[in-house]
Amino acid sequence: MPARTMFDKVWTAHEVVPETPDTPAVLYVDLHLTHEVTSPQAFALLRARGLPVRRTDRTLATMDHSTPTRTEQVFGDEPIGLTDAARQVHQLEENAKEFAVELFGLRDPRRGIVHVIGPEQGATQPGMTIVCGDSHTSTHGALGALAFGIGTTEVGHVLATQCLLQRKPKTLAVEVGGRLGAGVTAKDLILAIIGKIGVSGGTGHVLEYRGPAISALSMAERMTVCNMSIEAGARAGMIAPDELTLEYLAGRPRRPRGADWDAAVAGWRSLATDPGAAFDSRVEIDASALEPMITYGTNPGMVLPIGGAIPSDRDDPVFERALAYMGFRPGEPMLGKRVDVVFVGSCTNGRLEDLQATAQILRGRRVAPGVRMLVVPGSQEVKREAEALGLAEVFRAAGAEWRESGCSMCLGMNGDTVPAGATSVSTSNRNFEGRQGVGARTLLASPYTAAACAVAGKITDPRDLL
Amino acid sequence: MEPIKRLRSTTVVMPSTNIDTDQIIPARYLTVTTKTGLGQALFADLRYASDGTPKPEFVLNRPEAAGSQILVAGHNFGCGSSREHAPWALVDYGFRAVVSTAIADIFKSNALKNGLLPVIVDPTTHRWLLEHPGALVTIDLEATELALPDGHRVAFPIDGFARHCLLHGVDELGYLLSQLPAIERYEAAHGR
Ligand code: SF4
Repeated sequence: MPARTMFDKVWTAHEVVPETPDTPAVLYVDLHLTHEVTSPQAFALLRARGLPVRRTDRTLATMDHSTPTRTEQVFGDEPIGLTDAARQVHQLEENAKEFAVELFGLRDPRRGIVHVIGPEQGATQPGMTIVCGDSHTSTHGALGALAFGIGTTEVGHVLATQCLLQRKPKTLAVEVGGRLGAGVTAKDLILAIIGKIGVSGGTGHVLEYRGPAISALSMAERMTVCNMSIEAGARAGMIAPDELTLEYLAGRPRRPRGADWDAAVAGWRSLATDPGAAFDSRVEIDASALEPMITYGTNPGMVLPIGGAIPSDRDDPVFERALAYMGFRPGEPMLGKRVDVVFVGSCTNGRLEDLQATAQILRGRRVAPGVRMLVVPGSQEVKREAEALGLAEVFRAAGAEWRESGCSMCLGMNGDTVPAGATSVSTSNRNFEGRQGVGARTLLASPYTAAACAVAGKITDPRDLL
Repeated sequence: MEPIKRLRSTTVVMPSTNIDTDQIIPARYLTVTTKTGLGQALFADLRYASDGTPKPEFVLNRPEAAGSQILVAGHNFGCGSSREHAPWALVDYGFRAVVSTAIADIFKSNALKNGLLPVIVDPTTHRWLLEHPGALVTIDLEATELALPDGHRVAFPIDGFARHCLLHGVDELGYLLSQLPAIERYEAAHGR
């Protein structure tokens, strides 16, 4: 058997019908995750055609995007602030009931952001194909799954057939050598990778992150890296499962049990890319040379080391428009710029480790006057763990708001928004115009950097506070 | 889905690169549970002032944009989220094709499923189109060619299966359902 990439092994194992020049492959989906925003029209399609959900045992629903994060609205009597959002949440409850789909409802202790709960529950497993009507489904690739976002029509296809029509993508190896320095995180690494290959550099490809700096990452860090693959244009990112992956999965509620676990582990151990397997393309990056990164523009590729200055050599109207939107000028340094809002959370950086990093900076300090800081756990499980460790107390004592889990300020559709013209340092994944609210100016950074900026009230190198 | 064979229309030009799905339709409009009426929200933050009135300088608000079915956009159109609301909004507004040098993967896939043609052209043709807003262009899906007003034709790539489905109005779900026996065999053979 010729040497194969991990992607190739997973893809081939899920070909119900291989692709031909005239027809795409019929690809089997092991796990279909769904949420309230991209599913209503898909369930409506099933209803219109009189079709059932074919494999309810492979379908799992949660609510996160338009779900409120204020405790009073989740557990209290206060109604959901936005009428349309409330309707969407209730629609998912009805659809789940009608089609017998398992749903982590609003008050379920297992609820959370779809890309946080999959791994957390052990539903995400190496070698699986996983899809969701959400582009950050790439997150699940951190465990060695082939996981990618799909549109609502395709959500309907998977609900009805458990399969998708797909053309086989190409592969791109991202070789990361060296080791991240103190205060430099997986978020800084993926921002640097996107800066290097560009926001369309991964189009048509599945990325495999590999090399010593990747093996040294924790599972949460690997998820942060794979999460943002889509920001480089790639639909999926993968990291080979290793002993750490197995340790992470052991004991999770939805892992295989007994003899099934042993058989699964044997399969997972053979997933890694074979020595000598060919990728369609390859990039290299040295983790040791990286510094904390921060974005300055309106896409994640407009990024620089935090001590750097905004480029001044670009003669490009799009670049100029992005800077005008941000209220920045070419050549300006990033350090010292005023910050109005700080958001720690999202499927990129809303896991326990991210909250621990945030608390490490906030402990014994206060959020600067005039800065609003929101800390939103990625799931209810993360929330409970953070509270048990006393992190919530640290956040509150520092003057930050501590919320129920959800997408929150990552995208402005659940009531949590950044005001027009305000500058927000956010641990989320998109700094697009208007992403966090109409006219909001978003700077993407790590939890360390976000917390440091909150304390200083201005852009600050987190290494000064560690 | 309506079959689509040939389009002839003037163009609307948005030269910006990396026009993302949050610009095409901001997240606050995603709380719908149907597909209809989203054309109102298309490019909302670029199109309307904060009081809801149309911004006269935005290209879709200019009189010459009325009735155009072809959007010519900068490189990497549709990057970002998987929201199918983006092509729904474009189609509901009246667009039937997007022309660029690169179109993001998920957006392209979603567009094809909604009768919105993603047309990738070479940089020279693209530059000409960007420099000539309102040009009368023909997109021929049967020949997979885009014709400029002077009759110059350029081929564009499109997946053969997607082309077949668009030309004949075939819906992909019907095709997938016809594969159910193979899907059942796969499940039995692979313990799924
Ligand atoms: S946290 Fe943000 S990126 Fe992640 S699923 Fe929610 S909205 Fe999407």
